[in-house]
Amino acid sequence: MNKKDLYLTLFRSTFFLSMFTFGGGYVIVPLMEKKFVNELGWIDEDEMLNLIAIGQSAPGPIAVNTSILIGYRMAGFSGAMVTVLGTILPPLGIMTGLAYIYLALRDNALVNNVLLGMQAGVAAIIVNVVINMALRIIKQKKIVPVLVMIAALIAGIGFQVNILWLLFVSALIGLIMTLIDLKNKHDKGESK
Amino acid sequence: MIYLELFLSFFQIGILSFGGGYASLPLIEQELITVQGWITNQQFIDILTLSEMTPGPIAINAATFSGNQIAGIMGGIIATIGVTLPSVIIVQLLAYFYFKYQNLSIVQGVIQGVRPAVVALIASAGVTIFMTAMFGHSDWPIVLSEINWVSVFFFAAGLFLMRKFKASPIQIILVTGVAGGIVYSLIK
Repeated sequence: MNKKDLYLTLFRSTFFLSMFTFGGGYVIVPLMEKKFVNELGWIDEDEMLNLIAIGQSAPGPIAVNTSILIGYRMAGFSGAMVTVLGTILPPLGIMTGLAYIYLALRDNALVNNVLLGMQAGVAAIIVNVVINMALRIIKQKKIVPVLVMIAALIAGIGFQVNILWLLFVSALIGLIMTLIDLKNKHDKGESK
Repeated sequence: MIYLELFLSFFQIGILSFGGGYASLPLIEQELITVQGWITNQQFIDILTLSEMTPGPIAINAATFSGNQIAGIMGGIIATIGVTLPSVIIVQLLAYFYFKYQNLSIVQGVIQGVRPAVVALIASAGVTIFMTAMFGHSDWPIVLSEINWVSVFFFAAGLFLMRKFKASPIQIILVTGVAGGIVYSLIK
């Protein structure tokens, strides 16, 4: 395949996935996997799982991160630029349009009522997300993550501690735990 | 210079949102409402609502929308670039190291450590959103007589549908939107 076709397919695939997928990263990533692993056969299953793991280890939207990784894997830096554009152009266009419609319609009584109803729906969605994420932490059955979660909750809601500090301290705890873990594994390896 | 401020604010949001789109909510709340005062609580929830209704990552949607509200079309584009740029840089660095050493266990360990704190942060943004939905604002003191019982019912029904029947966010938005349009138009 020549370079132009490669870029075109990368752009078209990410553009259409981003354009027509509702529900964010956890919905779009499996679809990306299907497209690039099963349909195009460009990336094998194991490597795709690694790319997804890297995408989740970086900050930012998971859909954006995964698309950058696919582009990078296929065509280096320029490939990554093509796929990131493909992923952000649809929401950029749609939201720009919506921002103007919103300004024009926000004061309309019916629109206002619809949005007021949706507001309760959004609150339910966020609470549901938090329940799911908290359960995932609790189910690991490890004491440190649960303590970090409770401490961050108290610090964040009770004392309005800056987010930067909370992230920094928890990252430090994660680093220490990982180093202890690696050292334990290393010691075990030596004693054998 | 508003464009530079927008860029820096969203760059910071992008670089700190570990754990996907919802992780950007507390950052957007802190930066845009508390620190900069660019948008109100109500606008923040409207942005969330529109983001759930439209395709694409929440952080991108929120950046485009609030950039537009603050400084027009250029503002939307600049905010979107700002929130995406950290991903472009960091993801490729991680990929480079991964392909070179086939090992990211330290990076992944740090992320594991951050995850519980991120849950707490999203919960704390959730409190603001919940309070605004139930009482119309999230400032103390909250008076129980201000509670919007229709909203309480919509919230409970939405949560029930998601937990019991695995309803998707877009379905919840559509149902509560239609129900809100009918009920509030009748009782107001």
